[in-house]
Amino acid sequence: MENNNFDYKNIPGWGMDIDERNEPTYPMKNYTGDDHKRSEYEKPPKQPVDVEILKSTERPAISAVFGNASPPSGLSGMIRRYAFKHSEDRYRHWIPLILADRINAWEGILDDFKSGTIPNIPAERGWKSELKYNRAALTKKILVTGVVSLVLLSYFTRKKR
Amino acid sequence: MLAMNYRGPYRVRTEQRPMPEILHPEDAIVRVTRTCICGSDLHLYHGMVPDTRVGSTFGHEFIGVVEEIGPLVTNVKIGDQVLVPFNIACGRCNFCKQGLYGNCHESNSMATAVGGIFGYSHTAGGFNGGQAEYVRVPYANVGPTVIPPDMDPDDAVLLTDVVPTGYQAAEMGGIKEGDTVVVFGAGPIGIMAARCAWFFGAARVIVIDHIDYRLEFARNYSKCEAYNFKSMEDPVVFLKKITDWYGADVCIDCVGCEAEGNALQTFTGKITLMQAGAATALQWAINSVKKGGIVSVVGVYGPPFNYVPIGNILNKGITLRANQASVKRLLPKLIEHVQAGRLDPKGLITHKVPLEEISDAYHIFSAKLDECIKVVLIPSTKS
Repeated sequence: MENNNFDYKNIPGWGMDIDERNEPTYPMKNYTGDDHKRSEYEKPPKQPVDVEILKSTERPAISAVFGNASPPSGLSGMIRRYAFKHSEDRYRHWIPLILADRINAWEGILDDFKSGTIPNIPAERGWKSELKYNRAALTKKILVTGVVSLVLLSYFTRKKR
Repeated sequence: MLAMNYRGPYRVRTEQRPMPEILHPEDAIVRVTRTCICGSDLHLYHGMVPDTRVGSTFGHEFIGVVEEIGPLVTNVKIGDQVLVPFNIACGRCNFCKQGLYGNCHESNSMATAVGGIFGYSHTAGGFNGGQAEYVRVPYANVGPTVIPPDMDPDDAVLLTDVVPTGYQAAEMGGIKEGDTVVVFGAGPIGIMAARCAWFFGAARVIVIDHIDYRLEFARNYSKCEAYNFKSMEDPVVFLKKITDWYGADVCIDCVGCEAEGNALQTFTGKITLMQAGAATALQWAINSVKKGGIVSVVGVYGPPFNYVPIGNILNKGITLRANQASVKRLLPKLIEHVQAGRLDPKGLITHKVPLEEISDAYHIFSAKLDECIKVVLIPSTKS
């Protein structure tokens, strides 16, 4: 436990070898010693919290400003809420987040259909530019996919017979 | 307003979205006039960064015109043309006060390992980015910087990330006069880092990549040597050999988590996601630098970890230096370099694309089609 009455400066040799030049963060950091004040600094005003914000367990409160790009929702949101119960040190934080991202992509497709939009996935993947600048590779990709699909299809249909 | 909308790995589109609003008294709303796709946006685009949510708008490199300000904004006014650093920084926490604007403690609730960044996943704060007609800019008294009237907007937009990140990569290398510097990666950041290495007195600058058109671009733009690692049996041995079997004085990783060149790194990092991307470039940097050398890292790696030869860092006595660029700290010096003609940021731009064509722009940049180096997106509301 921290002893506030302990005067470490009385330890024999304390501070004798301080070398101000031993500062590998120069010139990135203009060392002021303020690090020793830890979380004591003039706090900015707080952004009102009007959406669900998931907070790292490694900080005491939500930061003064935050983004509200895509609040958690659906199954991916449930997984994200689970992930944020664990610190940034844990697999249990990051692996569920990656899983949630993949599920979220499928949720996005469903949301599109729900809102009456048919997602144009080839356009979203920039196939127009592929066709323009990489036509040979695209043709090869389509041909290879077609041939492999035909081979697999004929293999499985023959096996059934 | 029109904005980019992320739909999942390799899928983006533009669509009409609500206008951003002032949510904090120090916010500003900026009408975007130029915005770029950064190499690190591709990590998001490829689904490599955890907590990248569908519906988010990417974009952390942008300039524009201040359209609206919150009641506590005093440093910029409506109508100002501003460039906006990619870091969101409060200017008050003990990290910002010491110049570490990339490590602000009051801009990201969702992770303590990274400060807030525009349009860079919820891991970096969940802020919508600038690949849109309008964007909310928090802490407008700190980040946005008025663009000098004589500055070309194409130069200005690259001062929001590419130039400061490339410069800081070289700066963190602690380059001494006469040093040999090896830069891994011939993307925009690597090319800029190689160019900036000369500012610090390098005597030899070598760029390593595997894409010939980019190596040729680096040779011309950065006045450096450039080699294709696919033409070598072993890049580390090659670099040892051309440095008199000594190793480079400084190695800079400008690649990050999507490196090619090592089958095991690729399998564990990109195919099976058993680590946060392939750390091939960092592995090569550690193994190619001299004993007692410095490795500088600006390539982006996601959480939670990567496989790198940490034992060699110990045994060779390597100093490893890394950070997100502190754009605000570097801007005065970099603006001066650009205005004096010593740096030509816009020389990196190979593609200017309307915002509406963002899907194709991402694909061109990601697949490295049409000899693409840097893409600038132009919203139709620019004038």
